[in-house]
Amino acid sequence: MKKTTLTVMACAVLFGCNGTDEKEEEAPAPFASRYAPLPSGPTLLQDATILTGTGARIDEADVLIREGQIAAVGEDVDAGDSQVFDASGMWITPGIIDVHSHLGVYPSPSVLAHADGNEISSPNTAEVWAEHSVWPQDPGFVTALAGGITSLQILPGSANLFGGRSVTLKNVPGRTVQSMKFPGAPYGLKMACGENPKRVYGERAQAPSTRMGNVAGYRKAWIAAADYLEKMESGENGEGEKPLRDLQLETLAGVLKGEILVHNHCYRADEMAVMIDIAREFDYEITAFHHAVEAYKVPDLLAANDICAAVWADWWGFKMEAFDGVRENAALVHDAGACAIVHSDDDYGIQRLNQEAAKVVGAAARAGIDIPPEQAIRWITSNPAKALGIAEDVGTLEAGKMADIAVWDGNPFSVYSQVIRVYIDGALVFERGNPEVNPMTDFTLGTTAMTGGAE
Amino acid sequence: MKRRMALAALLVALSITGVHAEVTAITGARVHTVGPAGTIENGTVVFEDGRIVAVGAGVQVPQGARRIDGSGKIITPGFFTPMGQIGLVEVSAVEGTVDYVQRGDRFSASFDVASAYNPRSTLVPTNRIEGITQALIAPEPDGADELGNESKVFSGLASVVNLGDGGDFLIQRGVAVVVNLGETGSEVAAGSRAAAFMVLRTALDDARDYARNIPAFEQGNSRDYSLSQADLETLRPVLGGTRSLLVRVNRANDILAVARLASDYDIRLIVLGGAEAWMVADELAQAQVAVVLDALGNLPRDFDHLNSRLDAASILSDAGVRFAIGAHGAAQNHNARNIAQSAGIAVANGLAWEDALAAITLAPALIYGVEDRVGSLEPGKRADLVVWQEDPLELTSYPEQVYIGGEAIEMESRQTLLRDRYLQREGQKPPAFH
Repeated sequence: MKKTTLTVMACAVLFGCNGTDEKEEEAPAPFASRYAPLPSGPTLLQDATILTGTGARIDEADVLIREGQIAAVGEDVDAGDSQVFDASGMWITPGIIDVHSHLGVYPSPSVLAHADGNEISSPNTAEVWAEHSVWPQDPGFVTALAGGITSLQILPGSANLFGGRSVTLKNVPGRTVQSMKFPGAPYGLKMACGENPKRVYGERAQAPSTRMGNVAGYRKAWIAAADYLEKMESGENGEGEKPLRDLQLETLAGVLKGEILVHNHCYRADEMAVMIDIAREFDYEITAFHHAVEAYKVPDLLAANDICAAVWADWWGFKMEAFDGVRENAALVHDAGACAIVHSDDDYGIQRLNQEAAKVVGAAARAGIDIPPEQAIRWITSNPAKALGIAEDVGTLEAGKMADIAVWDGNPFSVYSQVIRVYIDGALVFERGNPEVNPMTDFTLGTTAMTGGAE
Repeated sequence: MKRRMALAALLVALSITGVHAEVTAITGARVHTVGPAGTIENGTVVFEDGRIVAVGAGVQVPQGARRIDGSGKIITPGFFTPMGQIGLVEVSAVEGTVDYVQRGDRFSASFDVASAYNPRSTLVPTNRIEGITQALIAPEPDGADELGNESKVFSGLASVVNLGDGGDFLIQRGVAVVVNLGETGSEVAAGSRAAAFMVLRTALDDARDYARNIPAFEQGNSRDYSLSQADLETLRPVLGGTRSLLVRVNRANDILAVARLASDYDIRLIVLGGAEAWMVADELAQAQVAVVLDALGNLPRDFDHLNSRLDAASILSDAGVRFAIGAHGAAQNHNARNIAQSAGIAVANGLAWEDALAAITLAPALIYGVEDRVGSLEPGKRADLVVWQEDPLELTSYPEQVYIGGEAIEMESRQTLLRDRYLQREGQKPPAFH
């Protein structure tokens, strides 16, 4: 009898199997997401101003969370058996999503031993995957959480024409990157235009050393990828031998098949237009231009090609291709009917993407473009969700979606407002000032005078 | 003859109008003086010849003054960015435009960036139309150049400028000597922060010895010094307490060490960065050491920042430490305009609103010893002020008009020109034609 109990316990602890069913669950595919939502109970967030992320604003309304999902959004939602949180005077938004982060691959402290974001060894490193560099103990994940970030894309750096695969994470503390991976999110491919690749390789007297060299580099790679894909598909159909698996070409072929999304670092308007032609030549889609400092010059082109512009609010002048930055950039893109995203690319900026969006709103108002909060919130919620291919799961507050939610103590576009609570899949993962709730990375433990919780 | 008289009369009339036009009164506004008068509701600010002549609720508008209705508006002193390189850089990655880094052995403490300041830099209008009217311009260390020349423990001299159009942009030249300690100091001083500290102490000893033995030095009879004569001359007023030492230092024990050194040599010390200054706030208050704080640097980006936190400004304030709020990291130049955001974030983390406004106006003026001319709205001070429609620390707020030296500046920058060019999408021709 005793022995049996022990066996069952071991089974439960080690394999997660239950009761009489002794069969082990099938092991997940290598590198697949092992994310499991944290425990949660039914919760009603009551009487708040709600920005749904769909473009709507609902005043004095409620959000019901049940089984990790949003069960209802609207006025006078029945609490049922749920725990009620009085959110009167507060604002509720979808969890904030950053489409461009290097947390984990360039973690804090930013020492050389931690510089894992740029594989600067060849202009084409499509074979590397950012997730193989992510350090889950980066304290930046926790400070980002305190800014309402619930999902984020971690990208390789921009030294190369093809930087490698990105990974989309849920911003939950994990021991492994696999346990943070957003389930079902497609991979992205980081590409880079302009100054960075040509500088890095030009200084080594190696191609590319010019912008035209950059473009030749992309085109050669796509020719090889198209050939690889064709041979691979023929082989699978029994026509000829399948080529040896090639990690670099596999990623590029994934783009051509439409399974991997292109996230293209590209500052200048004229270069965006060239990249759009390359995509036409090889029949793939560009999902988003990142750091698109000059997007405001070609919003029509972006709208026509359904490409998002992911931009900073106000960064400019740090290099030539950033000299024409204007604060209204995202607003001008939005106003032209294209998809605007405000991104961080920065472990400080990611803590307040709401404020970055607010600066754009202020600048736009000065230019005579009025953008209400319910629209501006889309730049940091539903639009990045769309660009990451996870819009069916997150990015808006709609019934049936994952309950990834930020609760603010005021209008999120005010400098004085702060995140009060964050829910991910319905689980409370952050509460301001409550060390009982808040995570703390291993690095922070014992190195600081803080007593815990996100500072 | 008749015509000549008419012309003379016209000239007299013009000159009279001219004189009167130099008096401006903005009336009916909420005026945050940041001076002893505090905040004045329904206040009037009068300025003449670039100086403030009166501020108050019951101020009589002088006859003939240009009168501007400020009702419903907010007036603050112009903002003062306490650390940066506005006018010393155009494009950070274009080396030929970067004038704030000095490498090699020829100069150290005496490297004076003020001679490179370019009032026509695109950074000037971009920042001033957002309310910045004063800036510290300071040298900074950077990596070695291609010849192996390196930056040093002493970066050089910092100055205070105004962002106006006039030729008289210098408020005060050489207010402080910039020194690098901590991790940065270690990088530029052979791999140890202790070595950086010794370089500083040795230099101060040398400067003191030099000051006492100038005739001997002139005759070649002095001992060897670690610095050139120009550098020693630069350090003399530091020892005399009339020029500050602006020390880049973040770790708590390093801050205390340099505070003790400042006390030993009777030096006016300003801590730059100050990530862990909050941990030694009482000691800093006691020793009257000021801090130019990076109020946003809440991550352990290196081992000197392990205890940095967002409510540091509020803790320093409660302890009575004089502090200014600087921009975060690379934002100190092109985006120095964001110091208002930093001040607002400090408010969200516990700092009183009035103290946050002071941290970007009067506090830097006091820290750099130019409070007799700028930093608050008081009679006799420069008419560097900003008219706002809304709370100046809010992200969606922007200046309606900025005055520098009493001049209403053109509210235009290269960025607003680019914006306006691309706002109009009509027309057959490319934007280059409109």
